[in-house]
Amino acid sequence: MGQATPRLLRPPPPTTEPFAVKWALIGTAVLFMLLFLVMPLAAVLSEAFSRGIGTYWAAITDPYTLKSVRLTLLVAAISVPLNVAFGMTAAWAIAKFEFVGKSVLITLIDLPFSVSPVIAGLIYVLMFGAQGWIGPWLIDHDIRIVFAVPGLIVATTFVTFPFVAREMIPLMQDQGTDEEEAAILLGASGWQTFWRVTLPNAKWALLYGVLLCNARAMGEFGAVAVVSGHVRGVTTTMPLQIEMLYNEYKFAASFAVASLLALLAVVTLVVKATLEWRFGEELAAVHRAPGGKV
Amino acid sequence: MSIEVRGVEKEFGGFRALDGVSLNIREGELVALLGPSGSGKTTLLRVIAGLEYATGGSVLFDGEDAGARHVRERRVGFVFQHYALFKHMTVFNNVAFGLRVKARATRPSPEEITSKVNALLNLVQVEQFGSRYPSQLSGGQRQRVALARALAIEPRVLLLDEPFGALDAKVRKELRRWLRGLHDRMGLTSVFVTHDQEEAMELSDRVAVMNRGRIEQVGSPTEVYDSPATPFVYEFLGNANRLPCRIEHGSARLGETVFTDATGLADGDGVAFVRPHDIEVTSDRLALSIPATVKQVLISGAVAKLELTMDPAPGMIEVELPRGAHWGAPFLAGQKVHWRARTARVFPASAGASPVAAPEVKAAG
Amino acid sequence: MFALRRPSVLPGFGPTLGFALFYLSLIVLIPLAGLFFKSAELGWEGFVRAVSTPRVLASFRLTFGAAFLAALLNAFVGFLVAWVLTRYRFPGRRVIDGLVDLPFALPTAVAGIALATLYAPNGWIGSILDKVGIKVAYTPAGVWVALVFISLPFVVRTIQPVLQDLEPEIEEASASLGARRWQTWLYVIIPVLLPAMITGFSLAFARALGEYGSVIFIAGNLPFRSEIVPLLIFVQLEQYNYAGAAAIATVMLMASFILLLIINVLQRWTARRHGAD
Repeated sequence: MGQATPRLLRPPPPTTEPFAVKWALIGTAVLFMLLFLVMPLAAVLSEAFSRGIGTYWAAITDPYTLKSVRLTLLVAAISVPLNVAFGMTAAWAIAKFEFVGKSVLITLIDLPFSVSPVIAGLIYVLMFGAQGWIGPWLIDHDIRIVFAVPGLIVATTFVTFPFVAREMIPLMQDQGTDEEEAAILLGASGWQTFWRVTLPNAKWALLYGVLLCNARAMGEFGAVAVVSGHVRGVTTTMPLQIEMLYNEYKFAASFAVASLLALLAVVTLVVKATLEWRFGEELAAVHRAPGGKV
Repeated sequence: MSIEVRGVEKEFGGFRALDGVSLNIREGELVALLGPSGSGKTTLLRVIAGLEYATGGSVLFDGEDAGARHVRERRVGFVFQHYALFKHMTVFNNVAFGLRVKARATRPSPEEITSKVNALLNLVQVEQFGSRYPSQLSGGQRQRVALARALAIEPRVLLLDEPFGALDAKVRKELRRWLRGLHDRMGLTSVFVTHDQEEAMELSDRVAVMNRGRIEQVGSPTEVYDSPATPFVYEFLGNANRLPCRIEHGSARLGETVFTDATGLADGDGVAFVRPHDIEVTSDRLALSIPATVKQVLISGAVAKLELTMDPAPGMIEVELPRGAHWGAPFLAGQKVHWRARTARVFPASAGASPVAAPEVKAAG
Repeated sequence: MFALRRPSVLPGFGPTLGFALFYLSLIVLIPLAGLFFKSAELGWEGFVRAVSTPRVLASFRLTFGAAFLAALLNAFVGFLVAWVLTRYRFPGRRVIDGLVDLPFALPTAVAGIALATLYAPNGWIGSILDKVGIKVAYTPAGVWVALVFISLPFVVRTIQPVLQDLEPEIEEASASLGARRWQTWLYVIIPVLLPAMITGFSLAFARALGEYGSVIFIAGNLPFRSEIVPLLIFVQLEQYNYAGAAAIATVMLMASFILLLIINVLQRWTARRHGAD
């Protein structure tokens, strides 16, 4: 007491680890991330270009690959808007009203996240397949769902079901109903209130949800694998095309297609990080505990 | 426009937020709904606005049942406690909102909207902030913008929920006077909710004191302060000493001493209320006076606060003396004195249900 | 339902809730219910028989075991990563933080072929491990590696916000009361984070149980050895054994629901404790 401690011997601040421990922890964490997360990404690029740029270009301009790209875009272009429509209506009902059974409904919306993708595909085969519940009726009317494009769309819709809703619901709940009540008192109709007040307040959350929903829709593999039937050029989305090429030992081509989806993933992450950084206050995900059961 | 609230009841899942409330508000009047939190004052305001549906009773605007009209058509100006400004719109667009959402047939032209909004921004003295967003304004400015937005639809009544609750003390006082001035100029029937008795006293024409979903008393600020109708009002408005006493033959006794009049009350236990500044303290015995001992003397600004303990009866009495009066022959701690009430009010003990103690009340009192 | 809601001046409750319920039923509830009906066709005995063949049991063991071990590792590594990301400032922190979500964003098929290639005996990592006699690709270890990859973000993203909310004042208070750093850890930090760690573990475990795409390429898919349950469901389906596939899927689904329930209870419990503070 009383005597000043020499500078070099001053103990570390009470709420941090010693210097060496701190850097050992950082080093371990970063090393793990590099080994487990970054290396696979690097491997995709390395393998994709292993036979040179010419092979790469040939692989991604292959007609079947282009067809798979088109199909992937089509599937996403239908299932994402469907889930947006659902997300917005569900969020309005849940966030702006008090009713019995609300928490049950919220749990049910999250349900698809805890269902294995394979099971997601299976339930539609059981429903629409030749041996399924309404399979015979569909065959009689010459409607194909399973092993055809509609099957890919419903399966993708299932696995991406919660994304938009679970982003919008907590945000709109946080925002309360004051602004909507103010709008109604000022004479606005329900539509005007939604479009001019509610949606502008939730637009970044909506975009965030759409971003994740789209990434999953384009990258979904397990569920579409089950309902696809693997008809080359007809029911093969990009992830299925990757699988087929890989199983045919066309590794460079397979990784070339994979590199496109990897690029999508990286772009998604960058946009996501940007949204979180710029509009963190207006995103539910940033405030919510579990970062999403994607 | 006049507002008549008739026997309004409101239940939230078994909880009675409003228990048969009736209140008449005259054209052009500024009425305060005053009460502790949980007293139902905000619920009543929201029922008047049409934001909550009453479980029973009705609200009449100029004699016409307001419940028949949708909120959109009631033309009620409502200022929310936290303003509920549209965060993504500029101040100008916030104020213009109510005009722009009108059906095409009744919507003013863009030029009219611009001039009207500018006039309102002028009125509330934020004309230079039209292009700012709510987040770029101070609390007081947001409050004014919220008011301008509410006024834009030319409301028939103006309702304000804790209009000054979110502001700091200095801005609060300033804005209070400004709002009173604005009301006097515009003459719009207005109702505001507050838990701050000083605010209610200073700003309103009449005060409705609420407790547990009921209105305890309605009257001018002086009426409710000088002659509170119930023990609750007595204790809620300003400080009061609460003294358990006996009522015998029309007078109240503390111990053996008759200390104040209780004409018309039946014999039995009673509760007397005496305001600290309505007490005289002397060193000599006087008629109706009660002996006590000075426990503590605190000088606070212009007043001297004395704490007396009574010798026969338990309990402590707070006295406020003008500092000048105390100056000549100051009382000292430990001194034996006599006190008597200049005015006091006695209630039978059965009526003396203690008011809901809310923390904010203590802070405000 | 209409009678059971609090009246509000906002319009549109009926149509929006109606659409939401309709869509939820159509896409999720009815198809899922179909699964239970299908497996019910087998009767109790048939159901038990379908899910207790040696091959099915072997794949249950592998899937639950590998998922558990992957979630367990991630409970610790995820905690470490979350701690480093919230408490320390170092160059590249933002990039690392963004990368945590890579397994969410990277399509599972892409992750699958990449991992298979990396850990193959001639791959970047596989060749090194091969020298010390460790085989990962086409073994149960490969399943575990893939599951570690895809389930890491769940733990990190569950713990991170809790860590951010943990005010340094609490630790300062602990230190000012004379606690050593390890005591602060043991008595102050860990108890606050434990529920989040368990929640993150459960989320990771649930996700790993159902994972398909990233596993099948690296697993080798040998029956009795490296065949995971989702793949087995797929195989049953390709052999037109629909009821068998449904039965196995039912067991998996029940496991997921139980986990979901545990997670919900945990989160409610933490929320209540936080609310009470």
